[in-house]
Amino acid sequence: MLKVIEPGLLTTVQDLGRFGWYHIGMPPSGAMDNFAFRVANLLVGNAEDAAGLEITYVGPTLEVRQETLVAVTGAEVSFSINGRSVAPWQAYRVTPGDRLSLGNITRGARAYLSVSGGIAVQPLLGSRATYMLGRFGGIEGRKLQAGDQLPLAPLGETSLKLAMLGRRLDPSLLPTPAKELEVRIIMGMCSYRVKDESLADFLAATWEVSTEADRIGYRLKGPTFQFKGGEQPFGAGSDPSNVVDLGYPVGSIQIPGGLEAIMLLNDAVTGGGYTTIGTVIKADLDRVAQASPGSKIRFRSVDIEEALRARQLREARLLRIRLLLGLCDLAGELGQ
Amino acid sequence: MFDTRYDYGGDEYILVIFNEAMDLETNFKILAVRQEIQRRNIPGVIETCPANASYMVHFRPEVMHPDRLIRELKDIEQVVQHSGALRSRIVDIPVLFDDPWTQECAQRFADRHQDPSVSNLEYLMRINGYSSKEAFITAYCDRPYWISMVGFVPGTAWCYRMVSPDRAIQAPKYLRPRTDTPERAVAHGGVFLCIYPVRGPGGYQMIGMSAVPVYDPEERLPDLRGRYILAEAGDRWKFRPIDMDEYNDIQAKVEARTYRYRIIEQEFRPSLYLQDPDRYLHRLQEEAEHA
Repeated sequence: MLKVIEPGLLTTVQDLGRFGWYHIGMPPSGAMDNFAFRVANLLVGNAEDAAGLEITYVGPTLEVRQETLVAVTGAEVSFSINGRSVAPWQAYRVTPGDRLSLGNITRGARAYLSVSGGIAVQPLLGSRATYMLGRFGGIEGRKLQAGDQLPLAPLGETSLKLAMLGRRLDPSLLPTPAKELEVRIIMGMCSYRVKDESLADFLAATWEVSTEADRIGYRLKGPTFQFKGGEQPFGAGSDPSNVVDLGYPVGSIQIPGGLEAIMLLNDAVTGGGYTTIGTVIKADLDRVAQASPGSKIRFRSVDIEEALRARQLREARLLRIRLLLGLCDLAGELGQ
Repeated sequence: MFDTRYDYGGDEYILVIFNEAMDLETNFKILAVRQEIQRRNIPGVIETCPANASYMVHFRPEVMHPDRLIRELKDIEQVVQHSGALRSRIVDIPVLFDDPWTQECAQRFADRHQDPSVSNLEYLMRINGYSSKEAFITAYCDRPYWISMVGFVPGTAWCYRMVSPDRAIQAPKYLRPRTDTPERAVAHGGVFLCIYPVRGPGGYQMIGMSAVPVYDPEERLPDLRGRYILAEAGDRWKFRPIDMDEYNDIQAKVEARTYRYRIIEQEFRPSLYLQDPDRYLHRLQEEAEHA
């Protein structure tokens, strides 16, 4: 068990997400920086989908009540065990009475803390991820508060886990959070309703992440949009940015009133009546997750094949990490 | 005529728009398409999300290339007819119209409304040509509402009044969205009614309070255990005006976790509805009463 002494600003239990319930309005939730979260789990010898903590801007202080391994990944943040500063992206063994403290995030937005075996809260609809707007999953569907007790799975095969200690990653495999980023997008969906000049402006502009940026989505500041116009379809609503309500993919960008752009993320509203103009490719959402307010984003339009190649490259990078950590060998990975 | 649009929603979703306008016939077809997608058990498909006049498929591109999936979905569009039977439940939703809570909320956000001098209900009444509240509420509730889409947040259902478009009750959304709406508020925007599953922002005109929840994350009610939400696309909800006494009685039962929803399973035949909506609805209503 881990006891929460100080919860930090916004710390939630997350895993890789809750899939198959979008049609009832339940978004996937799950770790926003999927790559960093999976690596955190690998470092402590877990399956990639074990539940851990997502830490936003200001880190928590936790007291260890049971022997386990821990690792911190994602955004740059100071991490100490019993007051002694330790490096991220590496596993440590902790025993009852130890204190884990994470400070303020200095670069990026979200850090991850993994524990061997994972946080053993009750799964709901197949996942332990917290969805705060729907008061669902994690610890009572909310962020952590002081006094919470996080159940941990037993350490399991100790010798196997302890073998993870001291294993390090080639820094070139690790992402560095950036204040200026290029994000790839597949344009389309309802973009045919928007004037070509506005779509060109969207791709030419540098967008700023506003202070309204959370797990539901990021509001972006930049140029406005003009619509081709014409008579509004029955049931759509009178504003030219209104459409008859439809589904919004995770990563999609909508333009309410043509006045702003909102990028939906893991706790997305699953549908609604605003024009969507494209969807950020999955492989780039990890970097978006580390963009804090004030960060600058430029969008680059790509086709589906480039999006699929980017996915493959990301998986190849994770495979290299598994190989480096000795979690698999190439023969096994190739199914021989 | 609008040509169906197939498009990528990034690398994990396909968006299919059948129509730009809201239209029940299109929605019936979408539900039939979803049945067919499920029946074919297409590899890589995680789920299908039906919307009002469009739908989305969420899939794993490692298993199924998006272009192959689009070819399969186009094939389904050609094959599927909306005339098949759909499973459709009719659900009784008791509503306290003209309630004090949504009126209080409307007053707090008066500066964002088209006409803050009257309640949202009176505004809706007036712009749709009704002069008395009673006549409006009676008309508003005389037909079942078709659940054409579920989404936004868990359990939000787009409820479409089952009348021809020329008799639709319509309302603009707030000029600027509110930052707060009471949980269970009954509200109208565009041609849709919705019940807010959780407290939160909103832009629809608020006209009443549902006595029953539509989202139950704590699984307090027996009928929602393990499913968390009341709505299902293709259900019909029948709104029943109630008074404050009945509202309080039902609320007490909800609090005591003993409330049971009145739900009747029926088979719904879109082709019969489209031939003669009033007659078919009347027939289904009679069947429900004798069930």
